[in-house]
Amino acid sequence: MPSLDRKLLRDLVSLWGQILAIVLIVACGIASLVTMMSTYESLTLSMDAYYSQYRFADVFVQVRRAPNAVVSQIEAIPGVGQVRSRVVVDVTLDVPGLADPASGRLVSIPEEPQTMLNDVVLRAGRYIEPGRRDEVLVSEAFAAANRLKLGDTVGAVINGRWELLRLVGTALSPEYVYEISGTELLPDNQRFGVMWIGREALANAFDLDGAFNDLALSLTPGASEAEVIFRLDQILERFGGLGAYGRNEQLSHRFLSDDIAALQVTALILPVIFLGIAAFLLNLVLARLVSTQRDQIAVLKAFGYTNGEVGLHFFKLVLVVVLLGAAVGIGLGRWLGGGLTQFYTQFYQFPVIEYRASLGLILGAVGVSAIAAFVGALNAVWGVVVLPPAEAIRPEPPASFQPTLVERLGLQRFFSPAGRIILRNLERRPWQAALSIFGISLAVAILIVGRYQNDGIQQIMAIQFRTIQREDLTLVFNEPRSGRVQYDLAHLPGVLYVEPFRAVPARLRFEHRTRLSGVTGLVPNSQLRQLLDRHLQKVPLPPGGVVLSTKLADLLGVEVGDVLTLEILEGGRPIREVPMVGRVDELLGLTAYMDVQALNALLQEGSAFSGAYLSVDAQQLPELYKTLKQTPAIASVSQRETALRQFQNTIATTSGVFNGVLLVFACIISVGVVYNSARIALSERSRELATLRIIGFTQAEIAFILLGEQGLLTLTAVPVGWGLGYALSQWLNQSPAHNTEMFRVPFVIQPSSYLFTLVVIAIAALLSGGLLARQLQHLDLIAVLKTRE
Amino acid sequence: MVNQSSPNLQTHPKAYANLPPVIFHVREMTKTYTMGEVQVHALQSINLDLFEGEFVVLLGPSGSGKSTLLNILGGLDIPSSGQVFFRQQDLTQANDRTLTRFRRESVGFIFQFYNLIPSLTARENVALVTDIAHRPMTPEAALELVNLSDRLDHFPSQLSGGQQQRVAIARAIAKRPEVLLCDEPTGALDFSTGKIVLDALAKVNAELGTTVVVITHNAGIAAMGDRVITMRDGQIHTLQQNQHRASTNELDW
Ligand SMILES: Nc1ncnc2c1ncn2[C@@H]1O[C@H](COP(=O)(O)OP(=O)(O)O)[C@@H](O)[C@H]1O
Ligand SMILES: [Mg+2]
Repeated sequence: MPSLDRKLLRDLVSLWGQILAIVLIVACGIASLVTMMSTYESLTLSMDAYYSQYRFADVFVQVRRAPNAVVSQIEAIPGVGQVRSRVVVDVTLDVPGLADPASGRLVSIPEEPQTMLNDVVLRAGRYIEPGRRDEVLVSEAFAAANRLKLGDTVGAVINGRWELLRLVGTALSPEYVYEISGTELLPDNQRFGVMWIGREALANAFDLDGAFNDLALSLTPGASEAEVIFRLDQILERFGGLGAYGRNEQLSHRFLSDDIAALQVTALILPVIFLGIAAFLLNLVLARLVSTQRDQIAVLKAFGYTNGEVGLHFFKLVLVVVLLGAAVGIGLGRWLGGGLTQFYTQFYQFPVIEYRASLGLILGAVGVSAIAAFVGALNAVWGVVVLPPAEAIRPEPPASFQPTLVERLGLQRFFSPAGRIILRNLERRPWQAALSIFGISLAVAILIVGRYQNDGIQQIMAIQFRTIQREDLTLVFNEPRSGRVQYDLAHLPGVLYVEPFRAVPARLRFEHRTRLSGVTGLVPNSQLRQLLDRHLQKVPLPPGGVVLSTKLADLLGVEVGDVLTLEILEGGRPIREVPMVGRVDELLGLTAYMDVQALNALLQEGSAFSGAYLSVDAQQLPELYKTLKQTPAIASVSQRETALRQFQNTIATTSGVFNGVLLVFACIISVGVVYNSARIALSERSRELATLRIIGFTQAEIAFILLGEQGLLTLTAVPVGWGLGYALSQWLNQSPAHNTEMFRVPFVIQPSSYLFTLVVIAIAALLSGGLLARQLQHLDLIAVLKTRE
Repeated sequence: MVNQSSPNLQTHPKAYANLPPVIFHVREMTKTYTMGEVQVHALQSINLDLFEGEFVVLLGPSGSGKSTLLNILGGLDIPSSGQVFFRQQDLTQANDRTLTRFRRESVGFIFQFYNLIPSLTARENVALVTDIAHRPMTPEAALELVNLSDRLDHFPSQLSGGQQQRVAIARAIAKRPEVLLCDEPTGALDFSTGKIVLDALAKVNAELGTTVVVITHNAGIAAMGDRVITMRDGQIHTLQQNQHRASTNELDW
């Protein structure tokens, strides 16, 4: 090994604490990049492979009842590839061992297996047998959540009749990667599941012989989706078409693609922070190394080492840091990425999910880190290169000090000599101090970002599930019922209060923008559903118009006072001009509200209700459930508490894990920054400190001088970090990842969160201080004074 | 950059008839440092020839420009005006790459504070130079020459000042340089240790025929040189030829 490399190795060993800190920070940067991007890649690849292998459709539409003959008409639309018409019905299920009623979505499949759009992946058991009307394939997740075995039966209310369905196989479909019914945000595999059943049987039972009520189609390459949707809607209009939509409005796909997009956003932030800090610390350490080794560099040059050779020598140190960081970071990133990908399978069901971190990604991550590190090292190493050899042999001129701002203001009498030393040092290196502050503040900032997500989610739970939604149960009827239903429901066991509602599917149109959305008609002064603005103030619901959620209004570009077009996709399918009369700030989904009587008037129907919100006595819930399960008129029952619990278990847990990871990251950053700056201060000033010790300063006093400076920097960094974290959270809050049509994270950061970050950073700083105080004890007074500076 | 027609060498051929070839040829050389408003004239109109195999002692009070002169001869620095030739090579016009090659191939330096790399052992410090030299001796042989064969694997911190300086000498001579430039090599050493170091320098000069220039403010050392140059205020004050070169045993200061 060349002697110069040997020197490098020994330098590395003697700087190991500082090098380790930087290696860890680089590793975190690489790890976070690899984690996010490999998960992103894995999910995208799994999704694409799944979609193409099982022919996920491009356009979807629900319709009331269309004769099969229409299919050939649809096939003739230019740009349409394959078409699959189906019967799809939601029913109430009675699952053995589950007290509350579950909902099942029955999707028709051909009696014989055949390749088709939105194909099913048979996971266990067998395909249904022709002619066996009671045989179904059941979603794998639903079977698992309810511990159902092949051969088990599940009770279902099918068109008013109680029937038993026999599970002969478990299956998956690209249509239900995210298996939700549409009323909730998170899969509740116990209470909602898809079942595939023979078409004959299903069509028979629901009076859809020779007809379909759901259709999916694929587009030929280059076809215009909008064009096809337009033609499709035209054809289906007279059969009660509910408006066709593309993949990006398909529920399962939308959640999946939103999540994948969010990964990409996060994949950006953390690595940038880490690599930025790594660059800064490398700069700090190298600059110090170069200045302590001025004379060594001069000797190398005097003996004929070229600038390139000497510069390379220092760059090799950077290279070692990057390679070590990469080794740790790639390992960690692959491990975390595998875990994260696995974590997503909790929500998303893929037949195979192959975790992979591509070579390109890994090389990219290492490349980016190397660039960051070299940029950080550049000016320090440049200093070496331009140092004239003769100059370098002369000792570095003593640092020049000047009276600090504090002294110029005449405030020095308030500071002890030690305090003055601290202030002068900080003022002498304003840039270094500023960068230290910036580095620590980034640690604070990422903690704040984590807390913001957490606080936002708590807020969603509090506002959506407690303030806005106040019902215990939501019932949906299989068809609109008259006003009398309110009294019927009130007489059921345990029902305390009933508030019926009317929900109709509709297409909202303003200028050239349209959105499919339900319109919900509420009773005046609804007690169980609060309409609130962003300040949580009640929004009135005047009979004359429609109140939109902020997100929906923004998507349509309407303001209060604008008149929009409402195309009702039910009954007589009236098209009406309605003014927007208010705006509510709901956090989940896209919603539009009207006064129920106004809505019914619009529909030209008498008082009709499609569901009801219920307040119930928890004691009598089991009995109520038993009754509801047996009531054919009830299509689905959902419980607010269950939804809330579901939300808490998954999202809140996730956010907890995420916060834990950020916590570790933030600690590594702050320890890395504080330890490195303090360690460098110690090496720069060991002479001065030793001198102070010799003239009688105590150990504690010199520790104060050294660590007080870092403490001051840390304290300054905290509010800066709060500000940065606030800005970063706000940016994230505005980003598509946190502001989807499904889900808006409110922008709240609780005071306790600020306090939390302060505590974490203080602990991290004390830890680094502790490490350093130990080294201070070993300050060799004699040796320090003997060495030439 | 080789200057084929170095004028002064050709116009005075007789003057050098009986002398060994000239290795350094300096004419009207000045060096001025500018520090803000102030100009420091470190060297003023230096004229000097040094010969192959010579042992030259450079005397003078602190600040008289000795180090500046030595640095320029060694290609660590360039003059502000005038000419400096190393053999046929013009150092005045040389760029950084040429100077680096010159130092790498032809010059060995020894400094007052040894300037060893503290993280490398004696052997490795020498190897640092042999790694990049043309036809070096082995580090072991170089250390043998300065009688340090028993300290090969010691780190600088484990060596005395005199031993460190001898490692520095070994490092400087390992590449078999044509000139050895020593800036106060005994400045930080006591009398008897200094002698051992000077012994080593004399030995290198005698055995390898290396031209040696030694800076000192110790007039006592002057006796061991072939010639003694005294500097004052950036100028050569006296230039004296010793009839008899004293051995280090005869030195006293
Ligand atoms: N890099 C430099 N910048 C400014 N002045 C310098 C520099 N190097 C040397 N000098 C000045 O040049 C003069 C000669 O210095 P030097 O050659 O080191 O003297 P000596 O080695 O004889 O003590 C001194 O006045 C010194 O301050
Ligand atoms: Mg000098």
